[in-house]
Amino acid sequence: MIGAVTGLDILMGVFGVVTVGSAVAVVTTPHLVRAALYLVVTLTGVAGCFLLLTAEFLAWVQILIYVGAVVVLLLFGLMLTRAPIGPTEESSRPRRLFAAVVAVGATAVLVAVLVTGFAGEYVDLDGAAAGGAGTTGAALFETWVLPFELVSLLLLGALVGAIALSRSGDTARTGDRDRSGSGSRRAE
Amino acid sequence: MHLVIPLLIAAGLFGTGVYAVLARRNAILVLMGVELMLNAANLLLVAFDVWWRDALQSGQSLTLFVITIAAAEIGLGLAIVLLVFRLSDTVNLDEMRLLADDDPVVQP
Repeated sequence: MIGAVTGLDILMGVFGVVTVGSAVAVVTTPHLVRAALYLVVTLTGVAGCFLLLTAEFLAWVQILIYVGAVVVLLLFGLMLTRAPIGPTEESSRPRRLFAAVVAVGATAVLVAVLVTGFAGEYVDLDGAAAGGAGTTGAALFETWVLPFELVSLLLLGALVGAIALSRSGDTARTGDRDRSGSGSRRAE
Repeated sequence: MHLVIPLLIAAGLFGTGVYAVLARRNAILVLMGVELMLNAANLLLVAFDVWWRDALQSGQSLTLFVITIAAAEIGLGLAIVLLVFRLSDTVNLDEMRLLADDDPVVQP
């Protein structure tokens, strides 16, 4: 049995169209910087979906971390790798076709499984919000304390790893220069 | 709200992420595709958590952890991409053969 379509359903559908539409733009546009900017729209759309599902705290975390940090990191990466401003070279047509077939297949399998499993299920949003800062914080620091601390360790490890990687790049480059320098000396 | 609507959005996001990983050649755009797939997983987790009214908030806590791990992953991934760019002057995944053998048979 399928319930009536409410305003929330329509709003969620609009958010979904915007989110998936800009995601398609992210993966098809030939302009690198535009892809990052479309990614902002997609991530904000996902945050809007979280908000509609009353997971309020996660929506703001999504905005802060993804839109605020990850996209800025990606833009810095694009700039530091000297991304061209104009359209860039695309991959070959057969490969794009293959990728599109695999992507459509994966989406079709997911849609089939999810629709057969959960068609007609209804999310009750009338009660208390599912995830404000208070409830999520209580769950995080009562039930999920140990994973939370492990995640902080993982972040520390990632930080140290990123620093080590960038420093090893320095030594590799000076090593190259030394080698080329000695080579030129030998040539002399 | 019908449960299938967020689930369909998540399926669409995942499909576009798969396409980006398979079809894009710029390493940073591939990382964007990975982010799209992680967001699809997050949306599924939150939708099922809210539908189930989980008392432990498993779905939302896992989503927080996934967001954190994605931030760590993008930091490390970009560090590796920048390192490769400094070493071989390219971010094109087809041209990255730093780890390949010198065997002439596998050279393109």
